[in-house]
Amino acid sequence: MQYLLALYSNENVFATMTPEQQQKGYAAYMAYTEALKTAGVLLSSNRLRPSATATTLRTTDGKTQVLDGPFADSKEQLGGYYLIDVPDLDAALSWAGRCPGVGHGVVEVRAIWDMTKGGK
Amino acid sequence: MNTINNEQARDTAESVARRSYGKLVAYLAARTRDVDAAEDALADAFAAALADWPQKGCPNNPEAWLLAVARRKFLDTVRGQRREVLSDDLETMAESLAAAASESHFPDQRLGLMFACAHPAIEAGIRAPLMLQVILGLDASRIASAFLISPATMGQRLVRAKQKIRQAGIPLHVPEPEELRERLETVLDAIYAAFAEGWIDASGADVARRDLAEESIYLGRLVTQLLPSEPEAMGLLALMLFAESRRGARRDAQGEYVPLMEQRVDAWDKAMIDEAEQLLFHAAELKLVGRYQLEAAIQSAHVARVRNGRANCAQVVELYDALLALAPSPVVAINRALAVAERDGPQAGLEALQSIAEDARLREYQPWWAARADLLARAGSANEARQAYEIAIGLEKDESVRRFLDRRRSVLGS
Repeated sequence: MQYLLALYSNENVFATMTPEQQQKGYAAYMAYTEALKTAGVLLSSNRLRPSATATTLRTTDGKTQVLDGPFADSKEQLGGYYLIDVPDLDAALSWAGRCPGVGHGVVEVRAIWDMTKGGK
Repeated sequence: MNTINNEQARDTAESVARRSYGKLVAYLAARTRDVDAAEDALADAFAAALADWPQKGCPNNPEAWLLAVARRKFLDTVRGQRREVLSDDLETMAESLAAAASESHFPDQRLGLMFACAHPAIEAGIRAPLMLQVILGLDASRIASAFLISPATMGQRLVRAKQKIRQAGIPLHVPEPEELRERLETVLDAIYAAFAEGWIDASGADVARRDLAEESIYLGRLVTQLLPSEPEAMGLLALMLFAESRRGARRDAQGEYVPLMEQRVDAWDKAMIDEAEQLLFHAAELKLVGRYQLEAAIQSAHVARVRNGRANCAQVVELYDALLALAPSPVVAINRALAVAERDGPQAGLEALQSIAEDARLREYQPWWAARADLLARAGSANEARQAYEIAIGLEKDESVRRFLDRRRSVLGS
């Protein structure tokens, strides 16, 4: 089954870190990504630009509006994701548990809806 | 056949049907994780078994019987739909039923299903009901009445939980050894939650609830059989057996509440107590103490005390201290205060009770007020005791306990 690991954290914290701390942070994510690749479970992963760069669209009174900023204004922002393919939720949770994101934020694990199975 | 035999035949047939039902659901759902579809496929067969077996006796191979009926019903359904090609789901179910029928020795995968039901990804409050439904085949309305939830709500929550198992990909297997102990805790907690619901109704007048205690013991027994070297599983089973052994003694002939210390020992189920003691002994040999073993040990101490008047208060306080460190809760703290009173007198008990009074929730908690009332009475503070009894009575739901507290209040001096 495919799972999306969505990484949420307070992006302001990263901005206030020293270069050494940031370097350490990168290294942790690099190592984690390598581990996922080596295990053959990684489908894709990306880091997102800060939420200030987000633009949101919605329709109000039949008119599409383009708004500055992210959909959800919360303390933690979506900062990146991993898309992995593993046998079941326990395997996905076990990978999510090793993600550096758990140490400084929240990791949400979501199953991918397999549309080849008639959408069930 | 007379009524007793009838009842026995029904009980036997029901328990055999339940056992086979759970095994088949677990087997069919293990591959697809589709618990709902497995239950659907077996529903008619299970209903037929509950109707047939008490009359005609249980078949030699109950699983094969259920499976044969399930397959026949399944084929009827498929034919009824007159479709050229089977949908994916029907195809998978057809394969599963065929695979099940070809098994010579039927594997018992119920434990894996229990771990799925009590998975941390499943909402804690629905784990016990879910287990009762998919392992034992209890219907939603019966579970709902035992948990005092409306049948519609219970049905919805059960459906949602089963959907989550399938859609989120929760596996139906026993966790790896390094995770097993932690995950087992949620399984045991769910079983104990079901037992506690059944325990509320002491008189046994409420059939759904009385059955729930028995079913929980069945599940607890199942876990100890399938995981024979887990001390906490034995501890939980021992704890439930100790409690259940006194069911008959909790009310007198008039249906009035009888506190533990005044219960008639000959009304206790001796075989159950012996089994509980044995389990506790074996669990202790594995040298890994936990919440359920401690609670069972406390029960064992109470039993010894009432049976032969041997008061081992110091030991009981120590057990409560350990329990409080492992699994702190208001109930444990109150019981510890009562144990302290036994050891050091009512005044010390009152101080222990007072030390937990900061927790605002306790102000509305009947056991806290009942304990306080009892200790005040024993300390000779009749006026304060009267007040505490009044509040305890106001907070109690069970009428016979209310009457008991009222009797206590009325014998207070001035």
